[in-house]
Amino acid sequence: MATAFRRRSGTAGWSLSSIIAALLVVVPVAMLASSILRPSPDVWAQQWRTRLPGELVTTAILLTGVAVGAVVLGVGLAWLVSAYEFRGVRTFGWMLILPFAMPSYILGFLTLSTFGRTGPIQDTWRSWFGPDAWFPEIESLTGAIVAFTLVLYPYVYLLARAALRDQAAGAYHAARTLGAGPSEAARRVVLPLVRPAIAAGAAIVMMETLTDFATVQYFGVDTVSVGVFRIWNGTYDRNAASEIATLVLGFALLAIGLERIGRGRARFGQSGGAAAGIERRTLTGWRSWAATAVCGGVVVAAFVGPVVQLLIWAVREQAGDRGTPLLDQYPGYLWNSLQLVFYTVLICTVVAVVVANARRFGGRRSTQLASRAIAVGYAVPGPVVGMGVILTMVAVDTGLEAAGLDLPGFVATGSLLVLVYAYTVRFLAPGLSAVESGVAQVPEEMTASARTLGATPLETARRVHLPLAKASLFSAAVLVGVDALKELPIVLLLRPLGFDTLPVWVYNLASESRYEQAALPALSIIVVALIPVFLLSRRLDGARR
Amino acid sequence: MNRLCHPLRFGVVAVVAALAISSCSGSDGETLNVYSGRHYDIEKAFELYEKETGVNVKFLTGNDAALRERIEAEGADTEADAYITVDAGNLATAAADGLFQPLQSEILQNAIPAELSDPDGYWYALTIRARTIVYNTDLLDESDVPTTYEELAEPQWKGRICLRDSTNVYQQSLVASLIANLGEDEALRIVEGWADNATILNNDVLILESLADGLCEVGITNHYYLGRMLAEDPDMPVDLVWADQAGRGVHVNISGGGVTTHSKQPELARDFLEWLATDGQDVLVSANHEYPANPSVAPEPVISREFGTDFVRDPLDAATFGGLNADAVRLMDEAGYG
Repeated sequence: MATAFRRRSGTAGWSLSSIIAALLVVVPVAMLASSILRPSPDVWAQQWRTRLPGELVTTAILLTGVAVGAVVLGVGLAWLVSAYEFRGVRTFGWMLILPFAMPSYILGFLTLSTFGRTGPIQDTWRSWFGPDAWFPEIESLTGAIVAFTLVLYPYVYLLARAALRDQAAGAYHAARTLGAGPSEAARRVVLPLVRPAIAAGAAIVMMETLTDFATVQYFGVDTVSVGVFRIWNGTYDRNAASEIATLVLGFALLAIGLERIGRGRARFGQSGGAAAGIERRTLTGWRSWAATAVCGGVVVAAFVGPVVQLLIWAVREQAGDRGTPLLDQYPGYLWNSLQLVFYTVLICTVVAVVVANARRFGGRRSTQLASRAIAVGYAVPGPVVGMGVILTMVAVDTGLEAAGLDLPGFVATGSLLVLVYAYTVRFLAPGLSAVESGVAQVPEEMTASARTLGATPLETARRVHLPLAKASLFSAAVLVGVDALKELPIVLLLRPLGFDTLPVWVYNLASESRYEQAALPALSIIVVALIPVFLLSRRLDGARR
Repeated sequence: MNRLCHPLRFGVVAVVAALAISSCSGSDGETLNVYSGRHYDIEKAFELYEKETGVNVKFLTGNDAALRERIEAEGADTEADAYITVDAGNLATAAADGLFQPLQSEILQNAIPAELSDPDGYWYALTIRARTIVYNTDLLDESDVPTTYEELAEPQWKGRICLRDSTNVYQQSLVASLIANLGEDEALRIVEGWADNATILNNDVLILESLADGLCEVGITNHYYLGRMLAEDPDMPVDLVWADQAGRGVHVNISGGGVTTHSKQPELARDFLEWLATDGQDVLVSANHEYPANPSVAPEPVISREFGTDFVRDPLDAATFGGLNADAVRLMDEAGYG
């Protein structure tokens, strides 16, 4: 029967749209990746002899460390707040999502100014134990791993909690009823069921770490992305830089491969009614205190502490005689940021819905491939996407001019349209994977029934898939929106003249080491990002009650 | 029609309409578009210019390489009339990539010394930043402070100095000046010595804070970071010495600008650069404690008082060390310098 409905007419449009979407994402990246066809052997030889081996090792260690850290923290905390009862468990349930609102570049400079070699903590330490007292090196690979883990674990935490609630609760109860102890049930039943969620979370975390080139520089960590940056900015060799950037793409493909392996072959459709959540065991005595302390410690280290530090700076800056002269431009920056987020979320969500449905209907290799190809945009650093989009637009512009169509307004860069396009290339993947996971939970039989009963694909998507996957649409919008709000390198490269956003403001000040003045815009980003994060956490909690 | 399609369609129409509107907004009156790799305090100069001339200055800040790529990609369609940036290497590359047009301006030629401008007039310096030796005044007497960049490569400074990492343009330019003045082999030997001796840090402020905390004794930074910190805390136990005063002089870098090749209003852009090099110098340099490129303008009081104005600058012209930037980056790779 499955093949019967697939072969029906009516799905060709879906497949086609999904292939076009994939092409639009792939073309800018391919424009740059094609640089490998005109290789610069000198640069490769020189890099291979000098920095590249070290950069590759560092990148591998960083990725592994952050992935392990985020999985341990994310899954552990998700299990703790889902399966146990202790002081403050409900508050921690949503507070643990808060670090999601913290851009890593902001936590980077905050960590260093607070805990770094010249920060107040180490100053005090030295005043107590003498100038040569040992203190863990913050400006190090380990420091970077800790900072990335703290801002990125919420990806794993969110996905793990949703999976625990939707998929694992019933099975856990069944296992317990059948006589398995709590830890046996957790290990043998729950873990395999949440494995796909963990794998997906770990993959996102690795991509975010891999494509970063600003935070790692705060910690003095020399990754391949920093190498790309150095070649592009220092030797002015864009071609060589994009050749080296293909190594970043290689790491990303490795991470995607690991996700496929980690996910296992299992497919779980959600049948039956909504799960009631896992029955909580009450922790008592020191265990309860320890659980509270662990959750509290993470929230303070990853969110409350940094925000307090930013507040202190912002107040001191505003109270000081210098003030922030940019304050009158503030509404404009905020408005630009919001516009950009709105369009990006709208377009990414719509395209993700089309591609996810096409995959369900089409089932052909081409639609499968299309949905995977879209991951490529998320797997390359922002500046690479930005350059790829510029080169694409130049090609389009030249093509149009050759065809006798010289649109004066349509310059290669500098329009909101191009900016939103670049954001879509970069952030379609996380949106798509959220929507796909939602659609995947709709049992295949439901789609088949709807189609055999005569529903067109559009009707099936609208009346069957979307209502069931509504929660995942919301998650997709939040993931894309928060990412788009925090994004920096693309908006720097492609924004229209006079179109400055909150992250641009942070960048302008932070790049001159004026961190205290950057506190106000940094806080604004966090506050705006908190809105969707709050909505998301209320959903998680609401669904549980 | 049905319920779900409506908002979706409405949304799509709204997006298209809004994008169309926001991409063709225009303004009346004269507007000058500036792409700027300088991020801080340029607004004040732009505002003053608007007030004095009525010309509206719109600007786009960003990373230097990115702005250059953008101007190049935009080609004849570019909106940029002028490109202002920091570091001679960036200016030299922009000129080599054909992004600037040569300027015939007596005002600029008179205001800015020849060694601080492009020989063919593609770009002119606007401010000067000296990259010099800084030290902790509690740990070292001024007489014990090394006076040349070369000395910091000697083994007695092992574990005692803090230097900036190789991704930084100012450090790249300093190494480029060593290559130009001393040759590739000698420059390599010095940078290797630095790599052996130094704790490598990723910003100049951190280097100065480390000095203040006694974590290093000597470092190399741009002078204005120290100016900025001394303006806030005059008792900070850090001071600078002008490097190599008995020899070729301290390495100075510049910020500067030029008129873009495809500017639609090159005269307007030229007027603006002329103003920045003369009447606008003060407001451009003062807030960031830089030295004016125009010798007839006095620097602001903090650096005049703390550092003085009487020092020997390395006469190497900016175009030369700017052109050696890529070599400097490769040399630091070879030397294993952070």
